[in-house]
Amino acid sequence: MAETATPVNPEALRAARRSPASHLAPSFETGSVSGTVALKEIPFQTMVGVRVARESDAGARLASVTGGLPAACGEISGNERATTLWLGPDEFLVVAPESAHDSLGGDLVRALVEALGEDPGQVVDLSANRTTFELSGVRARDVLEKGCSLDLHPRAFRTGTALATEIGNIPAMLLKTGETSFRIFPRASFADFLGRWLLDGMREFASPEVP
Amino acid sequence: MLLISCPNCGPRDETEFHYGGQAHVAYPENPDALTDRQWAEYLFYRDNTKGAFAERWVHSTGCRQWFNMLRDTVSYDIQAIYRMGEPRPDLERPVVNNPAATTPEGATK
Ligand SMILES: [Zn+2]
Repeated sequence: MAETATPVNPEALRAARRSPASHLAPSFETGSVSGTVALKEIPFQTMVGVRVARESDAGARLASVTGGLPAACGEISGNERATTLWLGPDEFLVVAPESAHDSLGGDLVRALVEALGEDPGQVVDLSANRTTFELSGVRARDVLEKGCSLDLHPRAFRTGTALATEIGNIPAMLLKTGETSFRIFPRASFADFLGRWLLDGMREFASPEVP
Repeated sequence: MLLISCPNCGPRDETEFHYGGQAHVAYPENPDALTDRQWAEYLFYRDNTKGAFAERWVHSTGCRQWFNMLRDTVSYDIQAIYRMGEPRPDLERPVVNNPAATTPEGATK
């Protein structure tokens, strides 16, 4: 297969990239409230869409690359290489750091393509499809609850689970990475909207609490 | 707002779903043999049930899977949710403590 996406000089291309919410970075900085709630973009993560029947041979081969394929809604799996989110019964999203991408010296996409082989299913490089927001702090859940109707109470939404849902009326993946930290994966075209929505939701926590 | 229990994801807001029309409309076994009227009726004609109606839904912003639902078109009560390919569940509700609803022997409906 021709690898048309591999640039001759990766570093030159890397410097020319702009992430979907890069223009909001200064606003994220000023909008974050130290010790209360913080928002930042984690740009250019490597993301690969995988569709395969979990129980098939190809599913087992792909699972050996990703460190398992999650079995049910909300579950995630992973190893030191990547985290895999459940999108549907036969659909998964593999998320890894930027450096895992083949164009930057990594081998994640190629490893997944080879694991699928000629079997039914698909492995698609979706790194440009979504960006990543990290919302953290003791008020992070309050901010999310303004635009997300899932039960986000820790007793229902536990650390290490991920759900596809709507946040601020747009579809996004929501991953809980810690007691007070979340990662949100909106599509690139929604990054501006969702970034501003979250900033708006954070604004009240910059003012002294009204008793 | 309906709260719909996706068979894969559990209860979610209605806004995460899209409606897919009447369920169990079988594709004609031999479409070539149909007249234009029969073909049009297969394509466009659907029941307009008052009461329990079997319909298809898709969880668009969740797992993106289709499923069937038995919903009362008057009360919006969701009576059953079942997977694609499964037959419509037979939900003849037993009449409890309602003498007016029992049919006297020999009476015609
Ligand atoms: Zn679902």
